[in-house]
Amino acid sequence: MDDIPPYPPIDPTTFDLIVIGTGLPESIIAAAASTASKSVLHLDPNPFYGSHFSSLPLADLPSFLSSHSTSPSPPHSPSSDDPNEFSLLEFATRPLYSSIDISTFSPNLLDQHSRKFNLDVAGPRVLFCADKSIELLLRTGTNQYMEFKSVDATFVGDNKGNLWSVPDSRAAIFKDKSLGLVEKNKLMRFFKLVQGHLAGEQDVKISEEDLQSPFVDFLNKMGLPPKIKSFILYAIAMADYDQEDTGVCRDLLKTKDGIDQLALYNASIGRFQNASGAFLYPIYGQGELSQAFCRRAAVKGCLYVLRMPVTALLVDKDTGCYKGVRLASGQDIFSQKLILDPTFKVTLPLGSSPPLPLKEKLPFFSLKDDKGKIARGICITKTSLKPDISNFLVVYPPRSLFPEQVTSIRLLQIASNLAVCLPGMFVLYISALCNDDDQGKKLIHAVMNTLLTVPLDSESNAAVQSETAEIGSAVQDETSESSSGGPSDSGEEKPTLLWSALYSQELTLGQVDFICSTPMPDGKLNYNDLIDTTFKIFQEIYPEEEFFPETSLENPEVDGDASPET
Amino acid sequence: MHGRPRKAPKPEDEAASSAKAQKLRALQTQFFTFHHNKIYTKEAVELSAKLLEINPESYTAWNYRKLAVEHYLNLPDCNPDSIKSVLDDELRVVENALRQNFKSYGAWHHRKWVLSKGHSSIDNELRLLDKFQKADSRNFHAWNYRRYVAESMKRSEQDELKYAEDMIYTNFSNYSAWHNRSVLLSALFEKKAGGFLLKEKVLPEEYEFIHQAIFTDPDDQSGWFYHLWLLDQTVTTDSPLLASSWPGHGSDVLLVGDRCYNGSAFSPFSALHSDSGSFPIVLYFNQPVGGVNSSTVTVECGFNKNEDLFWKPLSASNSQTARVWVAHLKVPSSDLHSTVEVSVGHSKGIISTRGFVYSHPSMFSFKVHVQPMERDSSQVSVAENISLREENFKVYGTQSEESIIDSFDQLIIKNGHETTASNWRFEALAKEIECFRELLSLVDCKIGKLTLARLLKAYDAMSYPFANKLVHSEEVLELYSDLMKLDPTHYQFYKDEHSIVLLQKVTSSKESLLQHCFQYKDSASSAICDPICLRLNNLSLSRMGAFEKLLWVQMLDLSHNELQSIEGLEAMQLLSCLSLRNNKLRSLTALEPLRKLKSLRILDISYNQIGDQSIDTTSSIGSRNSKMNQKLL
Repeated sequence: MDDIPPYPPIDPTTFDLIVIGTGLPESIIAAAASTASKSVLHLDPNPFYGSHFSSLPLADLPSFLSSHSTSPSPPHSPSSDDPNEFSLLEFATRPLYSSIDISTFSPNLLDQHSRKFNLDVAGPRVLFCADKSIELLLRTGTNQYMEFKSVDATFVGDNKGNLWSVPDSRAAIFKDKSLGLVEKNKLMRFFKLVQGHLAGEQDVKISEEDLQSPFVDFLNKMGLPPKIKSFILYAIAMADYDQEDTGVCRDLLKTKDGIDQLALYNASIGRFQNASGAFLYPIYGQGELSQAFCRRAAVKGCLYVLRMPVTALLVDKDTGCYKGVRLASGQDIFSQKLILDPTFKVTLPLGSSPPLPLKEKLPFFSLKDDKGKIARGICITKTSLKPDISNFLVVYPPRSLFPEQVTSIRLLQIASNLAVCLPGMFVLYISALCNDDDQGKKLIHAVMNTLLTVPLDSESNAAVQSETAEIGSAVQDETSESSSGGPSDSGEEKPTLLWSALYSQELTLGQVDFICSTPMPDGKLNYNDLIDTTFKIFQEIYPEEEFFPETSLENPEVDGDASPET
Repeated sequence: MHGRPRKAPKPEDEAASSAKAQKLRALQTQFFTFHHNKIYTKEAVELSAKLLEINPESYTAWNYRKLAVEHYLNLPDCNPDSIKSVLDDELRVVENALRQNFKSYGAWHHRKWVLSKGHSSIDNELRLLDKFQKADSRNFHAWNYRRYVAESMKRSEQDELKYAEDMIYTNFSNYSAWHNRSVLLSALFEKKAGGFLLKEKVLPEEYEFIHQAIFTDPDDQSGWFYHLWLLDQTVTTDSPLLASSWPGHGSDVLLVGDRCYNGSAFSPFSALHSDSGSFPIVLYFNQPVGGVNSSTVTVECGFNKNEDLFWKPLSASNSQTARVWVAHLKVPSSDLHSTVEVSVGHSKGIISTRGFVYSHPSMFSFKVHVQPMERDSSQVSVAENISLREENFKVYGTQSEESIIDSFDQLIIKNGHETTASNWRFEALAKEIECFRELLSLVDCKIGKLTLARLLKAYDAMSYPFANKLVHSEEVLELYSDLMKLDPTHYQFYKDEHSIVLLQKVTSSKESLLQHCFQYKDSASSAICDPICLRLNNLSLSRMGAFEKLLWVQMLDLSHNELQSIEGLEAMQLLSCLSLRNNKLRSLTALEPLRKLKSLRILDISYNQIGDQSIDTTSSIGSRNSKMNQKLL
């Protein structure tokens, strides 16, 4: 924060809305407010767009992670006795990442080409072809700033390194080699039941009682075998927690929600003619999404200032009402509303309580109760995990890797044709929900050990090896006893790890703020929940405004443009 | 292209279509002027192109263009370049027309015609087809044309098979693709191309493949069609076989002048009254064949020259192929005891309608005993007195059961040579049966039931020569009864199948057949002995079948059934007395098979529905068959 280049003062000094941070939710709000003819100032202390949703060059990722891993720097002495009519509330940052573990096994190769990489900080992420983010992109015309490619397949992995393709459509069921005839029949009948239910056919209606019951109970009632249940729950409905162990399951999926997920998945397949699978991935990485919405906002008049930290909040001395912010440049900017990146927190003077008018606004839309953490991993390899296919998703359902695994682990492989890495390389994003850092590491390592060869000569390798030893041994034992069978790529060498970054990300806010804070990247695969929350925040600050009204549509033929390039 | 709901036209659409019609009429008038005056100028030809672009169904315009092409090709200054440009023009016109209507017969036909002229790039056609078939994957015109193009460019069946497979993987509800697969495989079977030499290798894989489709979506019809084709490939033996004959091998035929035979040593199954000095030899094949004559079938006996025998096909149509062939052997009117040997297929020439040669020569022999006629007995009066009344029948006695049992077995030709070759067929069928039992345990599915019934029936038919019984007939009958209830639209079809299985069951064993054999005993008759009547009455039959087991029958009671047709009855050459009373025969046309029954003397067709419907003017049988005596009670 010392080498901030001198900025010309911002003019004007009063805005309708100030947004701090350029993560996806902030960018969407900035775009929505600009569209609603509000004057918006969008600030980011970083020199790039996207904040915690960005895609970064390889060399920049570790420093970004570590800059958000430490406790806030001790605040400057509070100068609350400001001569004017405001009191100053100091900003501090909340540590978001922990247990950062970077391993380099091929320093030369990667260092020289750092800028050829666009690594997602909040990976793995995909867009369902029919999900809310796509709808939003199309509705706002933001899709014109982006290009997508199809993620070609979904697999379910097991502890032997096999990847089983997920029979997610009629054609896929027909083609599937791992399901028996009876299983195929049962699965297709279940899909038809769901389709009939969604189409409102009377004779196939799923009862209200069933809809309110746990999805897993409904699947049992339908007589679906364990393998298919696992496909549906974790690889199609994308359930996070073990649905069959109510003791550990924090998010038991209801049939109604499960059916909605299936409907989303089903609507996603074949929506765009040149996208074969259900998912899309943006060329140049997920960070493009935030940037595209920022461009959308800028077109509508939003003012952008990057590399501009904010130091304090200006509050009316008498009423305690928010008035504006003080920038690192020393300038004070005023606005009626403020939206904050979730890592910022406001230090209240000791012993004081939040000013009353703000306290009432305790945001109902802040993240749900304590949800623990999410462990993330980024690996770079030179070989695809599966020959002949480069972009795909792998789901490891709970208990598929080791008995204590209570959450799904998701892995997304993205190849260089999406401009995220050097040609011929592959980026693997891995994530799993966890209670603490150790559990998270164990989950990520379990996947890495199953799929990758981790070289021995590395700086931080020792840590990886020792940690993986315990779970690795359990996993490897099973591997050796039944390594045959299944369409495994046995006989083929496991891809060798070139570089990896493992870290845990907070999912909680720690404390509920009295300022509107946007959500941080969640543990989901897509952005649906984040967009819902973002919409609620927008409604909260501008209850009378429409969120991207239909008339704002600039490009009426967006549908054609939306189809991904292939 | 499929499943698009029809929308009512909007007013502006209607206006547009009437404007289009007007334009079309104007074009058409102009076009006909050119056509009738044989004007093939550039303008005239272009006008026809314009017409076809709007209306690709205009056959006359396509024909006009063909004439125009011929005209240009016959010009004296014609060179390869100009030919190519003329033909390329045609292809372009067709392509435009196809864009307008994918399913235009005229356009596809024209394209084929242009291509047949040569000079055009066939690779280009394949590319165009790929595009068309992507847009409408089930269009059978495109698939037909594809077969034509593939053949023209000598593209290998394997490559085309791969293409069809890819199409199936994209969407297996594609009857055209499955059909193409069956066509290609048939071609490969025929060619015995490498790897496709043996059906027994390929068919199990194909079954495995189609199961994936059927189990995934049993409601989809395309898979079932392909399965039916596979079943046919499994069951049908290529080369035709002799299924049964009359007289049977090793039997004794007794020919008597009057209605009675003397001496109980002879079975009533083979005693025959003959007043014409001849008796028929009937050959019953498992499929229609042609080429049965005195050189392919030789009959050796002491009293008749083989060359004099004339073999006649017995079929409803007057084609030269039939499952049943008959020849009449003349016998001297004096006492005779002689052996007759019949050899079938020792010289090649018997060919099935599908082009396979009868390749399993067989031979049977029987003995003929002639008792000369007694002049004074008056046959006509006897015949007139026969009355198929309930009180005139009695259950066939046990006294001569032994002889019946012997002669029953003699009726069937055993084809031992098929046993080893058929093993894979058995295995395939058994596997299919198991598979579809499983499917039916999962879902209630009409076509699944029908398929299981067909499989069980085929399995029984295949194992019958060895097992001598139809193991699954009860189950099959139940399945068809079930289907009649489940699927009333196709009731008659199931009913017919049910009838045939029931008849097969009845004729499958001596025991069951004996329950239907009765001795006719007319109290008024003075005859010493009593003929045997097969009574298949009151079985609610809608069709007749199992003829191969019934060639011996002389008296047949089919009364009180639901027969709408007696197709196939012509095989029963010995029939002299037939009751069709109380059935559902609707027209005289339905009685056509009776024309071929030369021994028929008594016929009861009372209480049918002849004439109830529309007037039947096709024929009147009575006048042709002078001996026939309609006896209306």
